[in-house]
Amino acid sequence: MTTFAIDQISCAYYQLPVLSHISFEVHAGEILALIGPNGVGKTTLLRTMARLMRPVEGKVILMDRDLWETSLRDTAKSLAFATQAGSDTWDATVEKIVALGRAPHRGWFMPLTERDRHIVKKAVEQVGLKDLHERISSELSGGEQQRMNLARVLAQEPSVLLLDEPTAHLDMKYQTEILHLIHKLAHRDGLTVVISLHDLNLAAIYADRVVLLNDGGIDAIGTPVEVMTSQRLTSVYGVPILVTRHPSRDIPFILPDIQLMEEADNE
Amino acid sequence: MNSRKFLLWLLILSIALIITLIISLGVGAVFIPPDRVFAVLVNPNQSGLDSSDIAIVRDLRLARVLLVTLVGAGLAAAGAAFQALFRNPLADPYIIGASSGASLGATLAIAFGLTWKFAGFRPIPLAAFLGALSAVFLVYIIAGGNSKATVISLLLAGAAVSTVLSSMVSLLMLTKSESTHEIFAWLMGSFSGRSWPQLWSSGPYLVLGILMLWLVSRPLDALSCGEDTARTIGLSISKARGVIIAAASLVTAAAVASSGVIGFVGLVAPHIARLLFGASHHRLIPASAIIGGLLTLLADDLARTLMAPYELPVGLITSLVGGSFFLYLIRARQRSLRGKS
Repeated sequence: MTTFAIDQISCAYYQLPVLSHISFEVHAGEILALIGPNGVGKTTLLRTMARLMRPVEGKVILMDRDLWETSLRDTAKSLAFATQAGSDTWDATVEKIVALGRAPHRGWFMPLTERDRHIVKKAVEQVGLKDLHERISSELSGGEQQRMNLARVLAQEPSVLLLDEPTAHLDMKYQTEILHLIHKLAHRDGLTVVISLHDLNLAAIYADRVVLLNDGGIDAIGTPVEVMTSQRLTSVYGVPILVTRHPSRDIPFILPDIQLMEEADNE
Repeated sequence: MNSRKFLLWLLILSIALIITLIISLGVGAVFIPPDRVFAVLVNPNQSGLDSSDIAIVRDLRLARVLLVTLVGAGLAAAGAAFQALFRNPLADPYIIGASSGASLGATLAIAFGLTWKFAGFRPIPLAAFLGALSAVFLVYIIAGGNSKATVISLLLAGAAVSTVLSSMVSLLMLTKSESTHEIFAWLMGSFSGRSWPQLWSSGPYLVLGILMLWLVSRPLDALSCGEDTARTIGLSISKARGVIIAAASLVTAAAVASSGVIGFVGLVAPHIARLLFGASHHRLIPASAIIGGLLTLLADDLARTLMAPYELPVGLITSLVGGSFFLYLIRARQRSLRGKS
């Protein structure tokens, strides 16, 4: 089943084209990872899908409706977006910020209901911030802010979740825990997730499908095994990349090909 | 802070405000002790009251202290709203041109002796009121209007328009030297001689604007998290920004029309309120308003008594005391930041 369809979209910042004629579909309940080199347009694509940027051409279809012909509030009820952490912080408590996720459901003038409070509490617990819920956001570490943002979008109770580098500032423990949580929400509760990731191994482990972006377009789309081949990654990233098997799963394991690089140095 | 504790604090502040109001009613060229002020307010018909007390408190000072409180409250609420909208701790009610527009309006009215009146406004307040609203409107249009304006374009247009209008004020002051003193006195901000007419003409806009700002406290919360986040939780940025700018500018225009440009209250009061009650606007707007009212009232009392029987411009006091206090706040916060790292 298709939840989210990107139909021939092109995006540009002012006159500078970033993406051209991209089409793909996101299936309900899957985790789709966007991968590709820096500056290739992963964030632009997510912002376009989140209705923060209007595509120059093409359509974004969310559950059979054109995203731009739906009211902002209706969009926000089914679609949530966590931006990269660090840029915007409001000096309020974690609880207040997470509670903002309830805004599309309760309207701008209604107080929080008992149910809202319960959902906020659950979201804060899910990301492991229970003990910090009364902390001021600017006093949190980068990783804690990242998890607070995730709690806010979870409190929004969307059916589609867009995440821009949600593991960027996190250590191994929280990277794993956050992605494990997202994995559970997708596969157990049917949440659809589109996530941009720099770490190719995390993408290989947690994504059902990956979209490899390069040169303003889609280089490949499919399961991690299909897309993440040594040849393709080497050509897209421009460095020798070795792809082997994960020791316990049938998924690719990606690492820089040091031997080839050293050989190149010695020539 | 839970809501019961917040309400308790708000109650304490309100009581402090009422006590200050009663003391302020007694302060001035003729001192009237608080108990006699209280008697005049509660039961003016009781026997044994001095008729001059009644006249001074009710006819001369009551309207003035109420206006002072409302102006302070309005400037503080507008400052809190602009600090959120522009995501800038230095934003004040005048950041997008209201003060320079009002100054030019008032200066024109004084220099050319305008005599228009409208809706209870006398000529100078009317010109200041219209000047403030026109300047903000001009800034809004230059910044790109409803669809294209951004926070940065508004700030830049605000700075540019303010500079141009201020230089026109200076030019008028130089060429119309006979009016310089009056213009200068107006620019400093003062409540001298303000009474019921000014309260009736500006008061309704101040009350209305403060209530509107309180009503948009949740959109202000959302905007504080950045425009991207606000939009993805369903807020129409252009609509919210339009309402906030309209409400805050109405308040600011009414304030400058009645009393000239009073600095620092709109900058400092929201910071004090934020330190006490946190950044949630549902609490911050009313708390800023009460603190702003209280501070302006105290400043006006000082303005009336420091060099009595002469009255100092209240804007001088707010800038002097408010500025010093702001310095202290900055130092105190730096210390706490250093302590953390």
